[in-house]
Amino acid sequence: MVNYIWVGMTVIGIVFGMINGTMDQVNEALFVSAKEAVTLCLGLMSILVFWLGLMKIAEESGLLDKLSNLFRPFMRWLFPEVPPNHPAMGYILSNMMANTFGLGNAATPLGIKAMEQLKKLNGGKATVSRSMVTFLAINTSSVTLIPTTVIAIRMNYDAHSPTDIVFPTIIATAISAVGGIAIDRYFYYRRKRNGRE
Amino acid sequence: MLHWMTTISIWMIPLLILTILLYGTLKKVPTYETFVEGGKEGISMSFSLIPFLVGMLVAISVFRASGALDFIVQLLNPLLALLHFPAEVLPLAIIRPISGTAALGMTSDLISVYGPDSFVGRLAATIQGSTDTTFYVLTVYFGAVGIKKMGDALKVGLLADLIGIVAAVVVVTLVFGMK
Repeated sequence: MVNYIWVGMTVIGIVFGMINGTMDQVNEALFVSAKEAVTLCLGLMSILVFWLGLMKIAEESGLLDKLSNLFRPFMRWLFPEVPPNHPAMGYILSNMMANTFGLGNAATPLGIKAMEQLKKLNGGKATVSRSMVTFLAINTSSVTLIPTTVIAIRMNYDAHSPTDIVFPTIIATAISAVGGIAIDRYFYYRRKRNGRE
Repeated sequence: MLHWMTTISIWMIPLLILTILLYGTLKKVPTYETFVEGGKEGISMSFSLIPFLVGMLVAISVFRASGALDFIVQLLNPLLALLHFPAEVLPLAIIRPISGTAALGMTSDLISVYGPDSFVGRLAATIQGSTDTTFYVLTVYFGAVGIKKMGDALKVGLLADLIGIVAAVVVVTLVFGMK
């Protein structure tokens, strides 16, 4: 799936550039974006080092476990394949919380840690597990309480009340989270029926 | 309301750090050593991310720079008009799961052109705030830990985005009306 999408976007882009006469832009895009990707990774490094260091303290001190105890029933329902006391639960929860409160740069390292733990649970295989799909479904629907960036943009353009989109945003994001979980469950049972899981 | 919310966001991270450090000290964790040990992982992780992100970002930007994305948006326009989906927001809806920065640019563009208190402006803001860059999340999370077979993850993520966008249209219409 990823392979097709990846090749598809690039090939369509290049062919389109030929027809459309946008080869110049395509050439520029190639090199500029490659450079941007590396810069992005280096930018991520500072955040990753800082938050992974801090979270290690939270993990060792047992703070992370405390957090997961709080939401245990809900998490067990969401991730039936993860043992309730597994460190993955703590990371998944703290990632969800960071997302909810709009702490995007804290959320990424936590999410990666959660993935790492889920991979361990899956025997270290390079294939996706059921819990990983669920985790991503929740993550990409990004339940946010305070969409700070958007509020800032609206303020810039002198919105009458910059925060009046907060309520619709919360509703929309909640619907997409519930929808994401439902779709995830549907695909899981479909895989199960077809004997793939 | 805004003042109160910005204060909370500004205080949240320092307070979180404070809690983690104090709790760790209380539980007699060798805090500094543990921090360094945990932080080390971040270095290798960000290096291993480079090929994943380079690959994805190059494909996305070629697709966009060639004009192929605009073309597809134009093709879809009549179909969406039938479904009463506001055409102005369509490029944003398509780009949102693919590129976070491009989406942010489009959102501010829509807000500046149509005005922050217009239907389009509010809808753009809601879509931007309520969905995430699925491709980026997938690339980074799976890339960092070396998952190569994504299975249903991409499909599920994109469908969740679709639901989010449709929900945004419906909610914004219900709350503010179509003006």
